[in-house]
Amino acid sequence: MNNGLNFRQLEETKAQILLSRAAWKSSITVCGGTGCHAQGGTKIVQAFREEIKNQVLDGSVELRTTGCHGFCEQGPIVVIHPEGIFYSRLKAEDVPEVVTETIVNNRIVERLLYTVPKKKQRIISEKDVPFYQKQKRVVFAHNGLIDPTDIRDYIALDGYQALVKTLQAMTPEDVIAEIKASGLRGRGGAGFPTGRKWESCRSAVSDTKYIICNADEGDPGAFMDRSLLEGNPHSVIEGMIIGGYAMGASAGYIYVRLEYPIAVKNVKIALQQAKEYRLLGESVLGSDFSFDIHVFQGAGAFVSGEETSLMASIEGRRAFPRPRPPFPTQAGLWGKPTSINNVETWANVPHIIARGADWYSSIGTQTSKGTKIFSLVGKINNTGLVEVPMGTTLREIIYDIGGGIKGRRKFKAVQTGGPSGGCIPEDMLDLPIDYETLAKAGSIMGSGGMIVMDTDTCMVDLARYFLNFTQEESCGKCIPCRIGTTQMVEILTRITEGKGEEGDIERLESLAKTIKTHALCGLGQTAPNPVLTTLRYFRHEYEAHINKKSCPAAVCRALVEYRVVPDRCTGCQRCVAACPTGAITGPRAKAHNLDPTKCIKCRACYQVCRRDAIAGDAIKIVPRREVTDARDA
Amino acid sequence: MVQSSGESRCPDDPYADIFSGFKGEYGDLIATLQMIQEKLGYISEESVKRISRFLRVSENEIFGVASFYRQFRFVESGKCIVKVCMGTACHVRGASNILDGFRRKLHIEPDQTTEDKLFTLETVNCVGACALGPIVVFGDEYRGQMLVKDVDEAIEKIRTENEQEGGAIK
Repeated sequence: MNNGLNFRQLEETKAQILLSRAAWKSSITVCGGTGCHAQGGTKIVQAFREEIKNQVLDGSVELRTTGCHGFCEQGPIVVIHPEGIFYSRLKAEDVPEVVTETIVNNRIVERLLYTVPKKKQRIISEKDVPFYQKQKRVVFAHNGLIDPTDIRDYIALDGYQALVKTLQAMTPEDVIAEIKASGLRGRGGAGFPTGRKWESCRSAVSDTKYIICNADEGDPGAFMDRSLLEGNPHSVIEGMIIGGYAMGASAGYIYVRLEYPIAVKNVKIALQQAKEYRLLGESVLGSDFSFDIHVFQGAGAFVSGEETSLMASIEGRRAFPRPRPPFPTQAGLWGKPTSINNVETWANVPHIIARGADWYSSIGTQTSKGTKIFSLVGKINNTGLVEVPMGTTLREIIYDIGGGIKGRRKFKAVQTGGPSGGCIPEDMLDLPIDYETLAKAGSIMGSGGMIVMDTDTCMVDLARYFLNFTQEESCGKCIPCRIGTTQMVEILTRITEGKGEEGDIERLESLAKTIKTHALCGLGQTAPNPVLTTLRYFRHEYEAHINKKSCPAAVCRALVEYRVVPDRCTGCQRCVAACPTGAITGPRAKAHNLDPTKCIKCRACYQVCRRDAIAGDAIKIVPRREVTDARDA
Repeated sequence: MVQSSGESRCPDDPYADIFSGFKGEYGDLIATLQMIQEKLGYISEESVKRISRFLRVSENEIFGVASFYRQFRFVESGKCIVKVCMGTACHVRGASNILDGFRRKLHIEPDQTTEDKLFTLETVNCVGACALGPIVVFGDEYRGQMLVKDVDEAIEKIRTENEQEGGAIK
């Protein structure tokens, strides 16, 4: 049978790939994610290439640039297989030693190993690094192993086997039943059951249907979708082909955010290769199912992450949302039934099909199944991407995986869900995370951004930051969002400038309520969340700003003063050189003077003193009120 | 390729080249704008006119769509585009101080270009390299963990390189 031959061909291809790789003694994988790339990853790859050539190891050693390993803090990351030796913060100069010692002599270069902070313990293997130990990597499992620009790497690790299973043994209804039974919910934020969305699209009557992969990851501080598309694009593509088959769609679109050029490049390469392997296009793998995927690059508008706006954008119009119903599954792109799912949702699909709904639904909590990827950023030691089962507590993520708070400061709050989410305080750290618990705490799951804040963060300033963001990104179509957010930003700005008035908190609450209930789309309806949660848990900070004109965290510029602590200052003059206005003066080896009338509070001296100065921390930023009090006393 | 009525091909016409990759449907508008900006640097009045003829859409409407999206520029940018990331992770690590540093040093506001046409200052919502915050992207080079004092040094470095190369920036 024609079909069988093609399915078999894929199997044979896989066997050939594995055979051709049997000769490799070692495989050097260099992380090619944006984080490692920015820290010099490309130079490392170049250095390895040269050194392999110099030591005539071509053929027995493979060099591979992979997707993101997730531990961005330690970049550039290099892992040597089959042993899984983990070298972090590698420099090009270290490469010859790594090749000579580890590859040729089978010895470990101790000084390049990752050291657990505080414990001073050196870790050899990637899987033993505490950052990875508590994670459960399903969707991210292969990111650090495959070269995203080479489809053979994906196929070698059982890639596209779920598609084969789908086309050979499952009807579209079977696929939808499986997804429904798995309990998978949308990873883009709202958590709508994926199976139900698919079913609705499947049952819509139309000659043409579309599916869309929403990769317009706009939440600042969230980058798991980028990492998946950059690092393992075929997992998303395979999920989409399966979804296309299940819903009876003829074409799919991947809408990628403007700011992610590497993701666009890798996805385009992956699509091209999938076409060459007949995984896309006319009669997929010889079956009678035909399907194609196009890439659409966003043009920089946060609102285009909202599904109806996104479709308007693909159609070539302004990314304006529209009221629902009709839902996209009834009338979506060009009026045709369309299912829009997030990148991570699509990437979950092949795993569910390959390993079954029972396996998938055994992970997670009662209402939220599977794993979720979070981007753990902010004032945390181990910044990076973290995949954990639903139901893991915030404390486990922040302390066990994240390694706790940076420096000597203490934890204050964690912000989840981006501009639509909220801040969760310390006493709620034992909250097991799923869609429901986060909503109860006043926040949302969102796409999985998790920004950790320490006691140096001002919650009013943070609320102003988010409102300012949504106000700038508001498309302007509906009045509650366009004018409401502007009003809220004005009030918040006033408060942070020390011009807050009595009644401002009540005005914020009233505006928030109006926007929440009357805005047209999700962007507007959730815009007040950052203000509402900070008011709920950190109301005293608002009151301090308004009543005492004081910023307790010493962040808001109008409410702080800089001063030199004479006892700590050794007079090293680093800050004198860094000050752009000549506000700091003083001879060498004597405590310096800071002239507050010249100081523009740019933070240059503070940073230099903390990082470079001999004594360190001799410049303090203090709430203005405290200074006055001290002088009074 | 569908050639619209008003479009005639002439040698060295960059627009003809750009349009040849499209079918001339309304849905091509954003991709056409993106390609023009990539090839010509910005969207000029001429660009809008030419798209209008190609897609048979009014100039008004094209400008309406283009001005909605952050990506499109309507004036020529400087040789080096400095993008200061204002993402949340960068914000809590002091990105606004870094942006102020550029404002002070370059004497321009975001979305403006220096008089010598060397720098254009821009802000970006998040480049997704949060581990390195605060982060600034110079052209296509990422620079992480910026301090306020690094701003002066980074600008001077680019200025010097520009002079050495006789005015050409990579």
